[in-house]
Amino acid sequence: MVEAFPHDFVLAGDGRPPEDVVRAAIAPRYTVAPDGRPRSLRLTWLDTFDCRLRHAGLTLLHSVGSRVSDYTLTGDDGEQITAEAKGLRWPAPADALPPGPLRARVRPATWVRALIPTARASALVRRFRVLNADQKTIAWLTISDMSAPGGGAADLAPRLSVTAVRGYKAQARRIIRALTAAADVIPAALSPLDSVLAATGRRSCDYSSKIDVKLTPEMPARSAMQTVLLRLLDTLEANVPGTVHDTDTEFLHDLRVAVRRTRSAIKLCGDVLAPGTAEAFRGEFKWLGDVTTPIRDLDVYLLGYGGMAAALLAATPAELTPFHDHLAQRREVEQRELARALRSRRFLDMTKAWRGALAAPPPRRGMTAAHLAADRIRRADRQVLRRGSAITADSPPESLHDLRKRCKELRYLLEFFASLHDPAIHQQAVRDLKGLQDCLGEYQDGQVQQHEIRMFGAQMMAEHDVPATALLAMGELAGQIARRERRARREFAGRFEDFASAASQRRSRALTSGAG
Amino acid sequence: MKILATYNIKGGVGKTATAVNIGHLAARDGLRVLLWDLDPQGAASFLLRVRPRVKGGGAALIKGRGDLDAAIKGTDFDRLDLLPADFTYRKLDLILDATKKPTQRLARLLRPLGDEYDLVVLDCPPSISLLSESVLHAADVLLVPLIPTTLSVRTLDQLTDFIAGFDGHRPKVLAFCSMIDRRKRLHRDIAERLPAERPDVARTIIPALSLIERMSLERAPVTAFAPRSAAARQYAALWAEVAERAL
Repeated sequence: MVEAFPHDFVLAGDGRPPEDVVRAAIAPRYTVAPDGRPRSLRLTWLDTFDCRLRHAGLTLLHSVGSRVSDYTLTGDDGEQITAEAKGLRWPAPADALPPGPLRARVRPATWVRALIPTARASALVRRFRVLNADQKTIAWLTISDMSAPGGGAADLAPRLSVTAVRGYKAQARRIIRALTAAADVIPAALSPLDSVLAATGRRSCDYSSKIDVKLTPEMPARSAMQTVLLRLLDTLEANVPGTVHDTDTEFLHDLRVAVRRTRSAIKLCGDVLAPGTAEAFRGEFKWLGDVTTPIRDLDVYLLGYGGMAAALLAATPAELTPFHDHLAQRREVEQRELARALRSRRFLDMTKAWRGALAAPPPRRGMTAAHLAADRIRRADRQVLRRGSAITADSPPESLHDLRKRCKELRYLLEFFASLHDPAIHQQAVRDLKGLQDCLGEYQDGQVQQHEIRMFGAQMMAEHDVPATALLAMGELAGQIARRERRARREFAGRFEDFASAASQRRSRALTSGAG
Repeated sequence: MKILATYNIKGGVGKTATAVNIGHLAARDGLRVLLWDLDPQGAASFLLRVRPRVKGGGAALIKGRGDLDAAIKGTDFDRLDLLPADFTYRKLDLILDATKKPTQRLARLLRPLGDEYDLVVLDCPPSISLLSESVLHAADVLLVPLIPTTLSVRTLDQLTDFIAGFDGHRPKVLAFCSMIDRRKRLHRDIAERLPAERPDVARTIIPALSLIERMSLERAPVTAFAPRSAAARQYAALWAEVAERAL
C-alpha cells in the first residue's frame, strides 16, 4: 500500500506531551528533534460557495502567522503545493492568487466563482524533525493544537501530521506503522477542515442549487409542493448575501433559477397550495424576477466577453473595449439597484410571508404527489408536442419563444418530481428535452442579444463620444450572434423530431402513467 | 531555471563549501534549489547527511535510463534538494563519451526539471574532462573559487579562453578569492588587486576560517549552523553578488 503524505493522526492523550508519545513510539531507530519555535497561526480554508475545490479533490488553506502568510493546496492524494500569500482579502477570485503552480491548479477548478472562507480556526503549530542514525531528517512531524471559533477546544484533539522528506518515503512509512501501532495515537478519520467544521456543528459542502428533495408517491400533493418550494426558498435565501455583496456572478444566477422555478411551480401546481396562496405571491415573484433580469443580461455579455473579443475577424479586441467599459458601468448601476431591492422591506416581508404560507397543513383528502406529478408532466409534455408540431419554417420567432417557455416548464416539473421516478428514465427524459432546449435557447438568446447590441450602441452614442471603430466591432459581434441564431433555427426541426420520437414519448408515458 | 556550477581544475579550493552554502542561502531566500553532487568523493552529500548512492549509478542517470527525479533526496532544509554523489561518477567521462553529443548531455538531462526548480547548483569534481565540458555547456554561471596564487589566475585565463571558443551558449564566469588568509601579505595583495583589475572577479572574498572547515563536523552549511558568523556573512555577501551580477 502506498501511504499518502501528509499522513494525519489524532493524539488521544494521557497528559503526556504529544512529542513524548511520538518519541516512545518510534525509538530507538529514529529520534525526534524540535525545529524552530512554536508558531501561532490563523487558519482560513477557502473554497467556492458551491464547493468546487472539494468536488475536485482539493483543499486550499490560508495560514497567517507573525512572520508567515502562505497558501497550501492539498490534493486528495496528499500532494501539496504552497505559495506565499500577500495582502489578499477574501472573498476574491482565484485570479487574485499569486501566479504559479498553485493558481494554475485552483483556477480551472473554481471556474468563475470567487474563493470565500468556508471555515476558520487558530492553531499552535510545532514542527519536529525525525532523524535517522546519520542525524539526517527523513520526515517532518507537525503537532497542531487547533481551536475553532465558537467550537469546543475539547472537540479538537491535537493532530499529528507526518510528511516524508523527498526520497525517504520508505522510512516515513515505517514511522507511520510504528505510530499506528502505538496507544493514544489514532489515525485521523477527518481532515483538519472537516474536524473544524464538526467542532462548530457544521457540515462541509452543504450547498447545492439542485432540488434534492425526497418525495413519496403517497404523500399529499400539497406537502410535496411545499417541500419543493421550501427547498427553492432556502436556495434563494442562501444566495442573497453573495448577490447583495456581488461576490461573484453565480450567486445571482442561482437566485434567479430558484425564482424561475418557484414561479413555474406556482403557475403549474399552485392550485394544490392553500387557497389564495398562489394568487398572493405570483406578482411578488414576478417583481423579484424582473429586478434581477437587467444585471444577469449584462453578466452574460461580460462572462462571454473574452471569447467574443477573441473571435473578432475584421475588428481587433482593443476596438471593442468601449463596449466592455459601457457594460461594466451599466452593471455597477444595476448592481446597486438590485442590492437595494434585496435589502428592501418588500423583499424581507415577502420571503417571510412565503415561508409562513408554505407551512399550511395539507387537506384531509386530495391528490397524492404521484398523481400530481403524472398529471402536470403529461399536460406540459402535450403542450410542448402540440406547439412544437405547429412550428414550420415560416413560423414567427414568437412561436419558438413560446415553445421555449413550455419546455422550461416541463423541465422544471421533471426536476420537482425527480425523486418519484426511476432515475434512469428521468435522466433520459431530461436529456431528450435538453437537446431541444439548447437549440431554442441559442435561437432566442441570439435574437435578444442582437436587439440589445443595437440598444447598447444607441446608449453609448447618447452618453458620450464613441469611436466609430467600437461601433463597427459591435456590428461584427452582432453578425457573429446572427450566424449562431440562424444555425439554431435551421437545426430546430431535427431537434424537435428527436424530442417527439417514439422512444422519447415512451419515456414520457412511463413518467405519466399514474395520471387520470 | 538557472544553472550555477562551482568549478575549478584544482581541488581543495572551496568548491563544495561554496556550492553547499550558496545552495542553502538561495533556498532560504525562497528559491527552489537542487544541488547535484557530481564529485565521486561525495563531499556535498556527506555535508548534507545524504548517503552517496544513486540507484543504477551514474550510467543510469547519464544514459537517461535512471529516473533523475527518483534519485533526488530532500535535505534538512526547506526548498533545498540534493542529487547525491555515487562512486560510479568516477567513470562519468567514459559514460558521457559513449553518448551522442556528450557535451550537451547534462543540459538535456536537467531541462525537464525546469518546472520544479529555480536554481540548480552543480558541484563539480576538480578536473578538466568531458564531464567538465558538459558542465560548462549546461551552466548559466560558473562560480570559480581562486586561491591566491599566480597559477590560479593563469588557470582562470585558460578557462575563459576555452569558453570564448564555444559556439552559441557561453556561461558567465564569476571568480572569487577563496581561502584568503589575512595574515599573509600575498593573500591580502591578491584579494585587493584582482577584483579591482578584473571584472570577472567578485568583490566578495571568502576567508580561510576554521568555522568553514567545521562544516564537515557539523555536517551542515555554515550559513545554517552559525548564521551570524563572519563566514556565513561572507557567503551571504557572495550569494548577493552572484544573484546581482550573474543570475
